[in-house]
Amino acid sequence: MSLLGLYNSLAVSEQVALIKTVQIIGVLLAVVICVAFMTLAERKVIGWIQGRIGPNRVTLFGIPFTEGLGQPFADVVKLLFKEIILPANADKVLFLLAPMIALVPAFATWAVVPFSPEFVLADIDAGLLYVLALTSLGVYGIILAGWATNSKYALLGALRSAAQIVAYEIAMGFALVGVLMASGSLNLSDIVRSQAGALGWNVVWLAPLAVIYFISGVAETNRAPFDVAEGESEIVAGFHVEYSGATFATLFALPEYANMILIATLTSVMFFGGWLSPFDGYLGAGSLLSQPSFLWLAIKIVFFLFCFLWFRATFPRYRYDQIMRLGWKVFIPLTLIWIFVEGLMVYWHIGPWHR
Amino acid sequence: MPSVKSITKTLLLTELLQGLALTFKTMWKPKFTVYYPEEKTPQSFRYRGLHALRRYANGEERCIACKLCEAVCPALAITIESDVSDDGTRRTTRYDIDLFKCIYCGFCEEACPVDAIVETRIHEYHMENRGENIMTKDKLLAVGDRYEGMIAADKAQDAAYR
Repeated sequence: MSLLGLYNSLAVSEQVALIKTVQIIGVLLAVVICVAFMTLAERKVIGWIQGRIGPNRVTLFGIPFTEGLGQPFADVVKLLFKEIILPANADKVLFLLAPMIALVPAFATWAVVPFSPEFVLADIDAGLLYVLALTSLGVYGIILAGWATNSKYALLGALRSAAQIVAYEIAMGFALVGVLMASGSLNLSDIVRSQAGALGWNVVWLAPLAVIYFISGVAETNRAPFDVAEGESEIVAGFHVEYSGATFATLFALPEYANMILIATLTSVMFFGGWLSPFDGYLGAGSLLSQPSFLWLAIKIVFFLFCFLWFRATFPRYRYDQIMRLGWKVFIPLTLIWIFVEGLMVYWHIGPWHR
Repeated sequence: MPSVKSITKTLLLTELLQGLALTFKTMWKPKFTVYYPEEKTPQSFRYRGLHALRRYANGEERCIACKLCEAVCPALAITIESDVSDDGTRRTTRYDIDLFKCIYCGFCEEACPVDAIVETRIHEYHMENRGENIMTKDKLLAVGDRYEGMIAADKAQDAAYR
């Protein structure tokens, strides 16, 4: 029996389940491959900014002109074949469980991301809440890793990471309240659709919130200049100090980079019109450039990912108390002020609320 | 209390954006990287690398076992034993340099009255087994014989400054 025949013999619900499974696997694979190339892009971009050239030796299967492109795969193979060292005093179960716990939320959040007008894995109405819930779950992996390692450095890193994520989660939540007020929906696809038209992107009216959301996103993913959770100059490597080999790859590299891509995607979706074209509303509706497409989203994601690397190469690491000050005493009041300003705009029907 | 001007500056992220602009510009500048095995940086004729013992043109060893190099060596890397040779001259029977102890300061070369011990420009060498870090007299003489042309040329270039 051919595969098509087998497929047709299934019940409709089974067919849907099968298609969804294939889609989920496709999205996951795409994310993992993006993560792989993100590690390469990071080393390349930071190299360029520092006057170097970055990895340029490993080719893809010996194909000419792909120098450096094979680097992520060489790194993966190297990490997978390395020994996983279990510290003698570590809680062995939690030590091995923590990487997986860190990995799951980083991937699960992709379910509600609208990739294009037609394609989203789960078009649920509480998408924004789901995103908020899962991005803050990611800290459990880090806390467990730090605790289970039974090392002072790892514990300090985990505590720092936890405090930092709690602080910036609030600013992020408030920034999203602004999005919610502008779009009137928790469904991410609706949020994108509500940004259509000239001057329709949320960033036009919520620019401070967009900046705060992205900076909080950088802090949430523990990236430089907010990477005190790793802080190699102070606490060696923080929560992943005792991790090696495959556990290191799944605890540290995969979720961190997957979360970076996620924050870049969410910033594009919430504030920069997601899959909407930047020319939408300026050129005629029939113009090819103003068609909504996944490509526009991809371009925006790439730009924000570049910003992550750009920040890392530009800014020195924040001191820990300065991070806390920025989160609690600057970002949270600022978001509240702008939500108030937005409330006034809604009340007097200014901007997108004129109708 | 910070001034209104400084608060505005902070909120508009001006200094952060200036920094970002600088790194963005730097990104497009030519890179400093030297593609090492294919390209090499220029090397001085005074470069102090692997050691060598030289001979005179007639094949006679230059070294007269005066032990000045052994005495001057700050890292105590040189060990010399001497005896009277068959032709009645004073010669070394053992001349060892421990490359792990050596700090490549070049004092041995400067102390040598007969230009016997020299440091060549060779810096791309390695050891694969324990004990290979000891450069014995035979090994040093072999290096000297092989690279005599280079050593002589470097010495001639340096002569003007001595």
